[in-house]
Amino acid sequence: MTRTPLRRFLDYAVLSVLAFIFVLPVLYLILGSFKPSDQVLNGLTGFLPTHLSLANYTAVLDSFNSDATGYFWRFMGVSLLLATVVVLGGMIVNSMAAYGLARLRWKGQRAVFALVLLLMLVPFEAVAVPLFYMFNDQRNTIYIQAVPFIANAFSIYQFATFFRAIPPSIEEAARIDGAGPWRTFFAIIVPMSRPVFASVAILTFLTQWGSFLWPVLMVSDPSVRPLPLEISVFQGQMPVDWGQVLAFGVLLVLPVLIVFAFFQRWFVQGVASSAVKG
Amino acid sequence: MKTVEPAAAAPSGRDQSRPAARTRSPRPPRRNRDWVHGLLMSAPALTGLIAFVGVPFVYAVVLSFYNVRLGSPLAPTFFGLEQYRRLFTDPDMSGPFLRALLNNLTFAVVVVPVQTGLALALAILLNRKLKAIGVFRSLFFLPVVFPMALVAVIWRLILARSGDGLLNSALHVVSFGNWGAFDWLGDGFTAMASIIVLSIWQGVGFQMVILLAGLQQIPGELYEAAELDRASRWQQFRHVTLPGIRGTLVFVVMLTSLLSFRVFDQVYVLVKGGGLDEEATRTVMYQAVTTAFDQNNIGQASAITVVFFLIVVALTLIQRRAVRTGNED
Repeated sequence: MTRTPLRRFLDYAVLSVLAFIFVLPVLYLILGSFKPSDQVLNGLTGFLPTHLSLANYTAVLDSFNSDATGYFWRFMGVSLLLATVVVLGGMIVNSMAAYGLARLRWKGQRAVFALVLLLMLVPFEAVAVPLFYMFNDQRNTIYIQAVPFIANAFSIYQFATFFRAIPPSIEEAARIDGAGPWRTFFAIIVPMSRPVFASVAILTFLTQWGSFLWPVLMVSDPSVRPLPLEISVFQGQMPVDWGQVLAFGVLLVLPVLIVFAFFQRWFVQGVASSAVKG
Repeated sequence: MKTVEPAAAAPSGRDQSRPAARTRSPRPPRRNRDWVHGLLMSAPALTGLIAFVGVPFVYAVVLSFYNVRLGSPLAPTFFGLEQYRRLFTDPDMSGPFLRALLNNLTFAVVVVPVQTGLALALAILLNRKLKAIGVFRSLFFLPVVFPMALVAVIWRLILARSGDGLLNSALHVVSFGNWGAFDWLGDGFTAMASIIVLSIWQGVGFQMVILLAGLQQIPGELYEAAELDRASRWQQFRHVTLPGIRGTLVFVVMLTSLLSFRVFDQVYVLVKGGGLDEEATRTVMYQAVTTAFDQNNIGQASAITVVFFLIVVALTLIQRRAVRTGNED
């Protein structure tokens, strides 16, 4: 299709206006985080870039300063630790399982894979209550916040879909070479499967970073509280210090934004490809 | 890198079927060992899935037949279908749960078509070869990476009931001062509408990306052919675009309806801090969590969980069937 300059200008104009409206809440969040609290909830002037300072950020870092309130870096540390364990652990465990189930041939392999697909139908929400009951004596631990999320049926499915598309000749070659299934997997399959590792990692990270339901049920102690749960507690304390809540919000979303900025392409590809195939 | 002899033979092994066939003799013992390796490789993940998905799921069904309370000195007693009877037909106890079901249904009925439609419109709009189109795609995708708890906090400010709330003061300006402050989150009708709007804002980018990938798989020649046939833009959309992304569209509808029954975070955050009308926005998951956590009533919460799962399965089956009948056309 040919496009005249006018046409192109109109395209940009429409897109820009829409995108601007769409991003307004994000702008409001960022601007507000640099403004004094009484200037945030202040009608449309909340958008004016006046009275800007870093005061809210230093206040957030300073005001969480006792065991009763928790410490900001502690919330951040908990969130980072949980994300690292769930993402790295998940990549190892689920990719191995996918390889064992999708590429090795053994009796019962089909049945086990069918079981995994069946478990994929069970959303976490459907097991949250019994898990809460089963592990009630382990509330307020890091362990119980991370371990249930490492094994993930959907990740296994994503890995398996990718592994199945690898031509068998590649493995044959390695195996004739004398490499066993483990070496074949770690030395041949893993290095050539970077795209699927990237997209599984990012999807897992995103889900884990925003995880809320499970911490609501399992965590009350500020020392093991992840960021999303803390912002919910923080915004519920009256009177609300809006400047600080928004600064907290920016700090909460910053790690995901960084990951998003660097791995955007993988993410979008991963989401798209798994969907189109599924 | 020097390799041992079989390696050199390996690549050619695929092209010439005979050498490949000869290598079959050492295969059976290897396949036997595959049994051990396959199981060992999948063991850690399988253990996790069974322990944290399989067992608790079965346990939920079992618990739903008992009267179990957390921290109660009384031993759990068998309750039969009493929990379900209470949820659905008990005049004193079924109210909040039935309301939650209705709210969830309302949410899904609005969000599924609106969010899918919006995502499709955005995907079509962004499916062009323009400079910096990637920037626009990223901007629409941006809210997806925001944790829902934070999204709820931002919208709590936008919808604040005071005259200083962003929406209220914008309407005040637009209406030349005739608009009085309105309590968006506190009014039953607008409370649900608010939850719907903020959920769509956060999620639409995800569906958009999936649909965009679907659109990009439609061969450009189809549009060129349609253009030669003097097909209008609408006709192109109707006869080239829609059939081309049918599968993707069904997937997106399925995903969106499943997600819309899992709504919890935004309702919880806004009820706790934002003065959100609880009655008008409680969802099935919200009901399950408050029943388990605030009332310690594990038996009833498990029954809610089972109902939730049955809804999810029903939706999946209906949509599977829709895909199948559609493919037979």
